[in-house]
Amino acid sequence: MPVIVRADEAEGLSSPQDAETRPARRKRGYTKGRQVDAAALAEVRALLGAAPHRRDLLLEFLHVIQDRYGHLAARHLVALAHEMKLAPVEVFEVASFYHHLDIVENGGTPPPSITVRVCDSLTCELFGAHALADQISASLAPAVRVQKVACVGRCDTAPVAIVGDRPVPHASSEKVVALVQEGDTRAIMPQGCLDYAAYRADGGYRLLQDCVEGRRSVDQVISALDEAGLRGLGGAGFPAARKWRTVRGFAGPRLVAVNVDEGEPGTFKDRFYLERDPHRMIEGMLLAAWAVEARAVYVYTRDEYPECREILRREVAALRSQPPCALPEIHLRRGAGAYICGEESAMIESIEGKRGMPRLRPPYVAEVGLFGRPTLEHNGETLHWLRDILERGPAWYAGHGRRGRNGLRSYSVSGRVAKPGVVLAPAGVSARELIDEFCGGMLAGHAFYAYLPGGASGGILPASLGDLPLDFDVLSEYGCFLGSAAIIVLSEQDRARAAAGNIMDFFAAESCGKCTPCRVGTAKAAQLMREPRWNRALLDELSQTMADASICGLGQAAPNPIRSVIRFFPHEIE
Amino acid sequence: MYWLAEKIPFELDGKPVSAKTGETILQVARRHGIEIPHLCYRDGLRADGNCRACMVEIEGERVLAPSCCRQPKPAMKISTASVRALAAQKMVLELLLADMPGQAYTRTSELDAWARRLNVGKPRFAPRPQPAADATHPAIAVNLDACIQCTRCLRACREEQVNDVIGYAFRGGRSKIVFDLDDALGTSSCVACGECVQACPTGALMPARGAGMQEADAKVDSVCPYCGVGCQLTYHIGQDRILHVEGRDGPANHGRLCVKGRYGFDYVHSAQRLTRPLIRLPGAPKAKDFTVDPDNWREVFREASWDEALDLAASRFRDLRDTVGPHALAGFGSAKCSNEEAYLFQKLVRTGFGTNNVDHCTRLCHASSVAALLEGVGSAAVSNQVNDVLNAEVIFLIGANPTVNHPVAATWFKNAARRGTKLIVADPRRTELARHATRFLQFRADTDVALLNAMMHAIVEEGLVDQDFIVRRTIGFDDLRRSIQGYSPEAMAPICGIDAQTIRAVARLYADSRASMIFWGMGISQHTHGTDNARCLISLALMTGQIGRPGTGLHPLRGQNNVQGASDAGLVPMVFPDYQRVDDDAIRARFEQLWGRTLDPRPGLTVVEIMHAARRREIRGMLIMGENPAMSDPDLEHAREALASLEWLVVQDIFLTETAYLADVILPASAWPEKTGTVTNTDRMVQLGRRALPLPGEARQDLWIIQQLARRLGLEWNYRGPDSGVREVFDEMRGTMPSIAGIGWERLEREGAVTYPCLHEGDPGQPVVFGERFPTPSGKGRFMPVDIIPAAERPNDFYPMVLITGRALEHWHTGTMTRRAPMLDAIEPEPTASLHPLDLARLRINPGEPMTVESRRGSITLYARADEAMPRSAVFVPFCFYEAAANLLTSPALDPFAKIPEFKYCAVRVFRGGEVKPADFYGGGGALQADNTR
Repeated sequence: MPVIVRADEAEGLSSPQDAETRPARRKRGYTKGRQVDAAALAEVRALLGAAPHRRDLLLEFLHVIQDRYGHLAARHLVALAHEMKLAPVEVFEVASFYHHLDIVENGGTPPPSITVRVCDSLTCELFGAHALADQISASLAPAVRVQKVACVGRCDTAPVAIVGDRPVPHASSEKVVALVQEGDTRAIMPQGCLDYAAYRADGGYRLLQDCVEGRRSVDQVISALDEAGLRGLGGAGFPAARKWRTVRGFAGPRLVAVNVDEGEPGTFKDRFYLERDPHRMIEGMLLAAWAVEARAVYVYTRDEYPECREILRREVAALRSQPPCALPEIHLRRGAGAYICGEESAMIESIEGKRGMPRLRPPYVAEVGLFGRPTLEHNGETLHWLRDILERGPAWYAGHGRRGRNGLRSYSVSGRVAKPGVVLAPAGVSARELIDEFCGGMLAGHAFYAYLPGGASGGILPASLGDLPLDFDVLSEYGCFLGSAAIIVLSEQDRARAAAGNIMDFFAAESCGKCTPCRVGTAKAAQLMREPRWNRALLDELSQTMADASICGLGQAAPNPIRSVIRFFPHEIE
Repeated sequence: MYWLAEKIPFELDGKPVSAKTGETILQVARRHGIEIPHLCYRDGLRADGNCRACMVEIEGERVLAPSCCRQPKPAMKISTASVRALAAQKMVLELLLADMPGQAYTRTSELDAWARRLNVGKPRFAPRPQPAADATHPAIAVNLDACIQCTRCLRACREEQVNDVIGYAFRGGRSKIVFDLDDALGTSSCVACGECVQACPTGALMPARGAGMQEADAKVDSVCPYCGVGCQLTYHIGQDRILHVEGRDGPANHGRLCVKGRYGFDYVHSAQRLTRPLIRLPGAPKAKDFTVDPDNWREVFREASWDEALDLAASRFRDLRDTVGPHALAGFGSAKCSNEEAYLFQKLVRTGFGTNNVDHCTRLCHASSVAALLEGVGSAAVSNQVNDVLNAEVIFLIGANPTVNHPVAATWFKNAARRGTKLIVADPRRTELARHATRFLQFRADTDVALLNAMMHAIVEEGLVDQDFIVRRTIGFDDLRRSIQGYSPEAMAPICGIDAQTIRAVARLYADSRASMIFWGMGISQHTHGTDNARCLISLALMTGQIGRPGTGLHPLRGQNNVQGASDAGLVPMVFPDYQRVDDDAIRARFEQLWGRTLDPRPGLTVVEIMHAARRREIRGMLIMGENPAMSDPDLEHAREALASLEWLVVQDIFLTETAYLADVILPASAWPEKTGTVTNTDRMVQLGRRALPLPGEARQDLWIIQQLARRLGLEWNYRGPDSGVREVFDEMRGTMPSIAGIGWERLEREGAVTYPCLHEGDPGQPVVFGERFPTPSGKGRFMPVDIIPAAERPNDFYPMVLITGRALEHWHTGTMTRRAPMLDAIEPEPTASLHPLDLARLRINPGEPMTVESRRGSITLYARADEAMPRSAVFVPFCFYEAAANLLTSPALDPFAKIPEFKYCAVRVFRGGEVKPADFYGGGGALQADNTR
C-alpha cells in the first residue's frame, strides 16, 4: 500500500540521501547557480500581470502560480525571484514553509491533480481519521494524493476529509471515492449567508456611518468596549479597549490586521460567523480602523477556508461598489497552510510575504507591527461583536455570564458529545453544562472522562474538574487556559496521553523551527511521550524550559498537555 | 548628544549596574565580566534571539528573556543565573548537544565550550536522524549534522555580505539551512566568500578537507594581497604553511573577505614557485610565440647562484646605461608590491638607471582617472572612502562591477541599498548590483560621455546646479554649460540607449540628494575617451556641490591592492613620490639632494610607450618587478614581440610568468605573506602586512633584491633592520611624502591602518578631503567640457561584435597567482566567454561549447557561457587565462591624455568551434583533484 505522508513531511527538492563527497564541477556554459528559464519567466510574467511586484505579495504570487499549474516548479520559483528582484533562496524558503505549496524539481513528478486532505487532529483522530486515511489511500492512491493534515476547522463533523476544496463531513472512504469519481472538487458555498444588501437593510453600517460622521466619538466607543469587558477572542484574551488605546498612542500611519487564520485544533467559530454574517466582522474592522485612524486593513484568512475567502472577496467588492462612507484600503490575504500564522506576529510576517516565523517581543505589534507600523491586530470574532456591543450597549454584553464571569463566549465544542458545534454561551459556563445543556449530552455509549478547554494548547482536564468556569484567567491554577474556547470532550474510551501525544506531534510539525526549545523540544518531547512509561523528571525539566524560553505561545504552551497528563492522569503513564 | 550619554540603571545579579542606550543585557553583562552562554549571537551580526541559550530572568516577567536581544529598562532586576534561567540555559545546550554528530568538524565548537563551562553532561535525549554531508564545494565543507540552526551563516550571507545564497527553509523539525533551492553548495550560486564559515559556531560549515581541524601554531595579522579594498586578515599558520585565512576587523572590511582573500592563499605553496635564480642559456631564442611550461624550463634557463645572477643582471644594465645612455633603460614596478618596494624600485630606476622610464600597471587601469582628477581637483586619490556610502543618500556607480572586482566594497553598497540608500548602477552589463539598484541603466558600451553630458544638461536645464558651490569653489562652468547645450537627454537617448525620462530622473536623484557619491571603475577609464569620461564625472560632482562632505565625492575604485600606494610612491614616469613633478626644478633639486644623484628632468615613458620604444629598439634593457605585461598589455602579439626584442630583460617574480619566460635573468622573489611592508588601499589607508611564512628555497625578499641590484649599479644604500630594512625604507619614503609624513611605523604596528593625508604625528588622518579647497593652484575645482569621441575600433560587417575584457571573481589579473590557488582554480577552471543567450542561439553555439573570438590582432578559442546579463552583440572575456589570452585580441589604441589602452572596446567576430588549448601547466581545475588523490 502506498505510504501516506503527512503534508509537513512531503519531500523537498533534492535532499540528498547519500553524502555528496566529490566537488561538483562547475557547469562551464552558465553563470553560477540556477539559470532563469526564458519560457518560465514569460509564464510568470503573464500570471503576475501589471500588478506591482512588491515583496509582501510573494505569498500571493506563489498561490497564483500554484493555482495555475497545480504545483510550484523550480523553474517558476527562479523566474519569480528574478521578476521580483529577489534571490531564488528567498522565494524557496517562503514556498517551502507552507504546507499547501508543492515545490517540484524541474523534470520531477508534479502531485496528482486531486489531493485528499484527511484531518488527523485530535477530534478527527477520535473518530478514526487514521483508518479513514488508510482506506482512502488504498482506494485512490497514487492517482490521487492522500495527505494527513492538521485541523481544518470542521471538528463538529469529524472525521473530515477535504477533496480538493470540497469538505466531506462525517467522511467515509466510500463518500470520498464517490466524490473523486464525480470529479467536482470545488468548495461548496454555504447557504444563507447574509449579503451586503441584506445586512444594510438590517441597519448594518449605520453605526460605522455614525462614527465616521462624528455622531459617536472614539472615546465613547472605546469606553463602551471597556464597559462591556470585550476581550480578544483569538486566544490571548487581551482587553480590546486597552489595545485600541495603546495603538492610538503610537504615531501613525497605523494599520489594522484581522486574524482569520483559525488554526487552533478544535476551533471553528470564526468560520461559523463568517459563513453566516460576514459584514458584522467587516463593519467591526472598519470601526477599528476608524478608531485608530488606520490607513489600511489587512485580512488574513487561512487557506483551509476557501469559502470564507470567497465570501470576503465577494462582500468586500460589494461594499466597495456602494460604500457607506469613505473606506480605508482593504487587503485580503491568503494563508497557505501553517498553524503558526495564527500567532499575531507570525501572521504579520506572512502578510509581509515571508516565512510565518514569530517575532521577538518587545517591541509589541501595537508599536512595531505590519510593515513596521503600529498595528491593531484582532481576531475575526472579536470584531464580530463590536456592532452588537455598541448598538445594544455594553451592559447587554456584560450582562451575560455565570459563576461571576461576564460576557458571551463562542465555544467550539467537539469530541464525544451528541451535538457538537459552535455554542454561544455565557462566559463562565462549565464543561459539564456545555455538554448537558448545549450539546445534547455525551454521545451514546460514552461517559465524560476528560476535556481540553482550549484546543491543543490549553491543557487537558479530568471530568472531576468539569464544573470549573470556562473563561479567561481562571484555569491557570490548573495549568490550563481557555484560549480560543475550543472544547474537545473525551470519554472513558479515550486516553489523555493519546490526546497529548497527538497534540505534541501536531506542535512538532507546526513549530516554525526558529527557536531551540520549540523546534527541538517538541520533537524530543514527542519521542519521550511514545515511551510506555514516561520519564517524568526529564519531561518536567523539558516542559519548564519550553514554557520559559520559547519565543512565542506555540512553544510556551506546547508542554501544557504533558503537564496535564502528569498532574491529572498519572495512572495512564505509569 | 543627550541621548548618547544616557545611562540606564538596573540591577544585574544583585549588583547595581547601568547600560548605555541601545546596549543589551548580554553586552552589559559581558562588560561586567558575567558570562551568559550564547550561540546565535555574534558581534557584528544582527541579534536574532533564536537559540535561547542566553535566557535570563527578569523580575516580574512571566517568561525568561533572551539577553542578546533585550535592552534593560530602568530599575529592572535581572538574574543571569537564577534557578530558572540556568535550567533553561542548560536545557537548551543539552537539546542541541543531543543532535550533534559523534565526529567533530572544528576545534573550536562554541556549543561544546559552553556545555563544558555549564557542566552539561551527556545529553539524555535520543538524536535526530542526521542529514547527509555535502562535499560538493571545493572550498567549503557542509556538515549539517553539526548544524544548530542558529542562522549565523544566513545572516552573514544575507545581511552582511548580501550574497543571498543561504536560506532557512522548510518548517519545524524539518527546517534546515539551504543553498538556493536546497541545492548542493557546489552547484549553487555561492560565491564562496566564506563569511558563513567564519560565522558558524559548530563547524557545520568549515574549510574543506579538514583544514579547520589542524592546529595553527601561529596567527599572523596581515592584509589581503588581491584588490584595492584592502581587507585585513589573519593567516593561520601551521608548520610553515597557511592552513586557512580569517577576516580581521579592519576599517575597510570589518572581518569580511571574498573568495580570493579567504581561499586564494595557497599559490604561495605552489610547487612551481621560483626558488633559485635562473640565467637564460646562451642561444636560447626569444620570440613572440611561445608557451611557458613552468615545470620544464631547463631548455631555456639554467640555475645560478645569487651572486652570479645579480652580478650579471646589473652588469648589462650598467653597460647599456654607460654606452647607449640611461634612456635605453626602463623599469616596470608593480602595484602588487609594497609601498617600500615601489619607492625603492623607482629610486633605483631614477638614480641607478638614471631615467624616469618607470611605470606600472596603473597605466592600464586608472591612468585616465588620475589625469582627469589631477586636472580637475588637483588630487588623484579618492575624496571619500567606500564606507562613507553609509552617509550617502544616493550612490552613482558607473562602469564598475564591484561584486566581482571589489567584492567586499560591494557588500557596503548592498548594505547601504538595503538601508534605503538609493543606488544607481550604470553599466552595459547587468551586473549583480543591478538587482539591488533603485535605477539600473544598461547603456550602450562606449557612450559614457553621451549619457553623462545628458545628465549634466538635465541638471543645468532644470536648475539643479549648486550655484553657490560653483561660484565659490570652481572655475570654467560657463564653458561647460555652453558645451553641453547640444546634449539634451532627448538627443542623447538614441545614442546611449537610455530614454530621456530615465536620464532626467537619475540626474535629479543625483543632484537633489542631501549627499551623492560617485564610484567608477575600469568601464570608465579603459577607453580612448577614458579621461573624458572621468572629466564628466568630476563636472557632475562640481556642478551639484556633491563633493567635500561626508557621503559625497568621487571614488575611482582602485584595482590592485597597492595601486594607490605604488602611484603615491612615485612608480610613475612624470612624478616623484607624492606626485611631485620631475620637471619642476625646485622639486627635482630637493630629490637630488635627498638621493645624492643628478636626476633626469624629463618625464619618462609610460607602459605602452615603453613597449613601443622597445620594439623600435630605443629601449634596450628592462627590469620588471612583479608585473606580467606579456599577459596584461593590450595586443599581446606586439607586447610580446617588444619584450622579446629587448637586449636585456631582468625579471623578479615568484613564478615563471609569460614575461619571465622572455627574461635573461630571473630573480626568485617573495610572495606577499613572506615579507613585511605597507600597502595603500583605495580608501587612502596605509596598512601593514606582516611576514607570516619563510621564503621557499633560495627566494629572496624583493626589497633585498632591489638593494642588491642598486649596490651593483653603484648606489651606496644601506637600509638596516629586519625584513630587508623595510622600516628604514618606509621612514625615508615618508620623509619625501608630505601626505604620509605623520604615519609612523609604530603607529602602523599598533593601529594596522592609518588614513592619509596624515600630516603630522597624531594627525587622525582625513577620510573626507576637499572640504574647504581643492589642492589645485587656484584652490578651485576646474570644469573640463568634453565632446563625444567614438571608440577607436567600431564594429563593422567583418568584425560585428564588441569585445569587453575584465576579470573573473575568482581570478586575479593575469591568473599567475589565482590559477595556482587550487580552490580558486577548481571553482573557475576554464576560459570562458560570456554572451547573451540570444546571441549564442543566433550564432548556433551551445552553452559550454568551444567558440572562437577573433579580432584584427589575434584569435582565441574558449568555452561559451550563456549570461543574460550581457548586452546583445557583445562578448565578455576575462584576461586571466593563458590558454586563451584575451589581450591577444585587444586594441593598443590609447587615450591621448593618459595613454591608457582601450581594454573595454574593440571589434571582434565570434564563431562556433575551434579547439580550446588545454591548460597544460597550471589551472584547468587539476590542482585540487591531484590534491585529493595524493
